[in-house]
Amino acid sequence: MIEALQYGFMRNAVAAGVLVSIACGIIGTFVVINRIVFLSGGIAHAAYGGIGLGYLLGINPVIGAVVFSVISALGMGLVHRRTRERSDTIIGVMWAVGMALGILLLDFSPGYKADLMSYLFGSILAVPTSDLALMLILNIIIIILVIAFYKELQAISFDETFAFVVNVPVDRLYLMLVGLVALTVVMTMRIVGLIMVIALLTIPPAIAGLFVKDMKRIMALSTGLSIAFTFIGLMLSYALNLTSGATIILIAGGGYLLGFGLKRMIGFKPDKQHPEGIKPQQ
Amino acid sequence: MNPDKREPVIELRNVWVNYDDQPALEDIHLTVYQSDFIGLIGPNGGGKTTLLKSIIGLIKPERGKIRVMGKSVDAGRCHIGYVPQTVVFDHRFPIRVWEVVQMGLLGCRKPLQPISKADRETIHVALEQVEMDGLANRAIGDLSVGQRQRVYIARALAVSPQILLLDEPTASVDPQVAGSIYELLRRLNNTVTIVMVSHDMNAVSSYVKSIGCINRRLHYHGDKEVTEDMLTAIYECPVDLIAHGLPHRVLSPHNQERRAHD
Repeated sequence: MIEALQYGFMRNAVAAGVLVSIACGIIGTFVVINRIVFLSGGIAHAAYGGIGLGYLLGINPVIGAVVFSVISALGMGLVHRRTRERSDTIIGVMWAVGMALGILLLDFSPGYKADLMSYLFGSILAVPTSDLALMLILNIIIIILVIAFYKELQAISFDETFAFVVNVPVDRLYLMLVGLVALTVVMTMRIVGLIMVIALLTIPPAIAGLFVKDMKRIMALSTGLSIAFTFIGLMLSYALNLTSGATIILIAGGGYLLGFGLKRMIGFKPDKQHPEGIKPQQ
Repeated sequence: MNPDKREPVIELRNVWVNYDDQPALEDIHLTVYQSDFIGLIGPNGGGKTTLLKSIIGLIKPERGKIRVMGKSVDAGRCHIGYVPQTVVFDHRFPIRVWEVVQMGLLGCRKPLQPISKADRETIHVALEQVEMDGLANRAIGDLSVGQRQRVYIARALAVSPQILLLDEPTASVDPQVAGSIYELLRRLNNTVTIVMVSHDMNAVSSYVKSIGCINRRLHYHGDKEVTEDMLTAIYECPVDLIAHGLPHRVLSPHNQERRAHD
């Protein structure tokens, strides 16, 4: 299987897996602890509107998806912040409308849309080097902003009321966070497709959270897990000639089950006996 | 102590608060002076928490003016350490005790400032004051309710506040822990003004300097006696008062109290 790495597209695929895993590990942790999984799913699906827009305007659909998903993320974020109840209904509507818009825009776009399925179901084997550069830039943006606002993001995630009372700009930080979710979603879409983005965003931090109770360690561990899942999934799909995105997700899902089993078996309570938060043996 | 000689730190003038058109607070006038230790009692739903939330800007009043340290609420609350009644959170939330206390340092300063050595010392001292410095690295979800309450007090202290606002700080802790929290507050009161909401009459009467009653309207005279007009106005209050038999007399004998007020 290793000889597969001599192909350029395979090396690009592995590199894309690593880059996406970094973003997913960091931002996915915030998605899980903030319980905005549904909102993130909405962003992912609404991004399809951007794909359609990209085709219609004849620009790179990924750029269209970046712009469209950031805008829809800010919209959903505002709805989530401002509506007192049933914001999930409105987010669900935006989810579907974004997708429907994408489909119609594609209807209006001339020409043959060969790689449309790749946005829905991912195509890690077809990531061009230009997309790798874009992923690298998005990663750098994500890392810089999260490092700069780490304390504040953790604070608003834990207790936004108190953060508000000490004049932390809760609303702006929250919108920044959903904006970062949008960027991560677009990157991840390349790997597993927008329908399954949510799995790669949530499964690694969910597993990490079973064993570790320090946020930075959860981020690091979920990045590692995500790299492992994408790499194993990629190799398996190559060897067995399976759809890569779905294979990656099933590997991740299997990892989640394994994590639960492992936790039950050793009856481990995260960090209880370890004041420094030492990670247990994996 | 003559209140007139001290600085007012919180002023509420003619404050009205509605919840969905139902009045929650009516015509509240309150002046809190420096080094006060006020206990606010009153029935459930009487507006105790609403009053605290109005002072820190979590609720915007319908009418009236609130000033904190002579400033608007938004600016003035930088001097307030707020201890909420409960913090609803996922018990697996990945945050350590010192990181919770660090929250007290985040606002009211220049953005993007890293945590300095002095800040770390502030966190350490705040945790020491509530005797929680030994558990600084624990995850917050692993603590007991009482321990968590102390951490929230430490977080409020990390603000380096002039005023502490506490909403039922002992609602869910056992009496022993409650006692130590009140002792701590009494010590802190040497340097900090305290306003505390509580339904724990015993505690309120033995630790605070003055008592107010709220049942939509506030009855507060700046002293420790619960006067007859308070009792009349706030029907639910005296039930608690009389039933428990207080270690410190809160109610004056009836006729004496009359004379004092005539």
